[in-house]
Amino acid sequence: MTSVTQTVDPADRAIARPAGPRPVQVSKASRERRKWFEIIGLTAPAFIIFSSFVLLPIGFAAYYSLFRWNGVGWPHEFRGLYYYFGEYGALRDPVFRSSLRNTGIVLVGSLLLQGPFALAIALLLNRKFRGRAVFRLLVFVPYVLAEVTVGVIFSQMLQYGGPANSLLNSLGINTIDWLGNTHVVIWTLLIVLTWKYTGFALILFLAGLANVPDELSEAAAIDGASWWQIQRHITLPLLGPTIRTWVFLSMIGSLQVFDVVWVIASRAVRGLGAGSVIATYMVDNGYTSHLWGLGNAVAVILFIISFVTALLCQRFLLRRDVDGALSGRVS
Amino acid sequence: MAKSRRVRAALALLATTSLLVTTACSKSDTPSGNELYKNPVTITWWHNFNTDGEGKTLWAKIANDFHALHPTVTVEVVPIETNDLQRNRLPAALLTNDPPDVFQAWGGGEMVEQVAAGYVKDITDLVQPEVASIGAAAKIWSVDGKQYGLPYNFGVEGFWYNKDIFKQAGIAAPPTTFDDLKADITKLKTVAGVAPIAVGAGDSWPAAHWWYNFALHDCSASAVQAAATKQKFDDPCFIKAGDDLKSFLDLKAFQDGFLGTPGQTGAGSSAGMVANGKAAMELMGHWNSGVIQGLTADKKVPSFLGWFPFPTTSGTPTPSTVMGGGDGYSVSKKAPPEAVEFLKYLVNLDNQKAFAATGAGIPVVKGAEAGLTDPNLQAISKATQSASAVNLWLDTQLGAKAGTPMNTAIVAIFAGTGTSQGVVDALKKATAQ
Repeated sequence: MTSVTQTVDPADRAIARPAGPRPVQVSKASRERRKWFEIIGLTAPAFIIFSSFVLLPIGFAAYYSLFRWNGVGWPHEFRGLYYYFGEYGALRDPVFRSSLRNTGIVLVGSLLLQGPFALAIALLLNRKFRGRAVFRLLVFVPYVLAEVTVGVIFSQMLQYGGPANSLLNSLGINTIDWLGNTHVVIWTLLIVLTWKYTGFALILFLAGLANVPDELSEAAAIDGASWWQIQRHITLPLLGPTIRTWVFLSMIGSLQVFDVVWVIASRAVRGLGAGSVIATYMVDNGYTSHLWGLGNAVAVILFIISFVTALLCQRFLLRRDVDGALSGRVS
Repeated sequence: MAKSRRVRAALALLATTSLLVTTACSKSDTPSGNELYKNPVTITWWHNFNTDGEGKTLWAKIANDFHALHPTVTVEVVPIETNDLQRNRLPAALLTNDPPDVFQAWGGGEMVEQVAAGYVKDITDLVQPEVASIGAAAKIWSVDGKQYGLPYNFGVEGFWYNKDIFKQAGIAAPPTTFDDLKADITKLKTVAGVAPIAVGAGDSWPAAHWWYNFALHDCSASAVQAAATKQKFDDPCFIKAGDDLKSFLDLKAFQDGFLGTPGQTGAGSSAGMVANGKAAMELMGHWNSGVIQGLTADKKVPSFLGWFPFPTTSGTPTPSTVMGGGDGYSVSKKAPPEAVEFLKYLVNLDNQKAFAATGAGIPVVKGAEAGLTDPNLQAISKATQSASAVNLWLDTQLGAKAGTPMNTAIVAIFAGTGTSQGVVDALKKATAQ
């Protein structure tokens, strides 16, 4: 509501200014019409872009997923929900189920590893000491690197006869088949993803910590609270909104992870389901194998999973934060 | 009234636009012969000599020579890693309105799909002399008797091996029978720090080639033909191929961690392992010396590199059909006529001789094999000519839709989770889908 009145205001002023020979007599109806022109005019570009680049492709994906189609011409071989539930449909493919499981591992693992890890570093880096900026930069660097760069670096380092294993051997630890062992590769990916995205959580947490007033911890310190007690009872609760936002972003990011997995996991381990996630399964089976119907079905499934997750997060996780923001209530 | 006027205006606009579009299209679709080399054109050329070496250098030189010969034609050379080119970049580019004019083509099922989709130019009438000079190999780049591309490089698959390591293991001559190969593997295991055989199973297809070779040995020519053309995989020989592969894997001849090993990229790839003396041999196509060359420190074909054909299995008669394949180029449908001229220029005798001299492959034009200086390539050239028939790589022959799941099922055997029946099932499933 407020935004509407705001946009009308300058228009009213413009009308009030005598412009040219036209008299300043503006009926209520024409002012109303002008208001709607403005609303439509201002929202139309965003609406058109949103529909043609977001809503329409989603609709097309759902439509294509009902056809057997090799990507050439217009699809005409209708298959219904075959690519979802059929004999060779995605949901009955063990490799797709492995991809779902792997995506779940990435999602939960990212939350369990990155969250505490980033929080610990953030609390440490929030204290004042020499070279703090350098340390902050160091932790944040992996996040700035391109995903493909990270993938190439790690796929070279983690090769069977590569530097990572040489290091382990010199420490007396047996060689680990990081990239080729079908039981290990998903954990390798999780480690790389953790290395890459902890910096993102960290930067959010540091920003959140900057908003925690020093007075509170100072007062607590005067009352005799230890550093640990201050963090536990003052800093962490005040960091809640930031942490919840990060959880949401991390979950959505995990569901859609692609690049790092694509570069590090070989075609072989992806094909076996050991190193594939939903997005790589979609490309491997839909795109590379020319089964566009299947690929689009997987895209729709991924969209539904992400959408439901986002809704659930908004409903339960972020409700308090979003409510506060909208009603202007300060928590 | 206002409404109808607007509708009429819109219709007029629509008519003009479609007229413009049709004229624009028809103009580009009717190239006449005498316009050749008249207007400046740029030809984009996608090929797979992405690693530094003489092949890449020669291709750049040929592009420049052609430009010098015909100043109106500029050739934009784009080298792309072969697997990425074949599986990702080309399928995507061909879907767009701006595909490369001249692009890498491997023949077989992929080409059938591309032709059916209308991506590729029919060059039958333009390249008759070239086809006559190339001979049987040109057939792989044709569909239903029409020529859709030309090869420049064609050869059979075999083992690339390190003569020094073989000597170190006490092996006098490369194996000719499968039992010899098994005995040699046992000997090679005594050499420390060296894997008897490297396989780039991470990329799937290098592992799958093992199954293809077993299948060619176990199956009759008619069974392979039925599989390739009628997609019938019921012959028990396809199960036996998997069983043979399984018992071969029990020898543990391959390097550790092979499921994570790429085929051609980096020093840790299977070709890199051969290049750097970390593996004694690798089963690979005729292009491998070019790949290995690019992965050595001095960018030269190592002096220790040797080649021998796939050994014969005891019990089965000497196979007359050998696994092989080659590289060629197709011209996209919308490409200017100069692109076809460039393709013809590329495979003329002089350029084929120059290609032979690089050591990056086996030339296809008759007489060009005289330019081969590399003894390994001479051996492959001889083996290619003596084979009564060369069967294209099965995944290429079957096309991506069946080829990809087949390769994955074969990799599952390598991983220890797959079965011989699994490969046949994957093939049947893919063709039923």
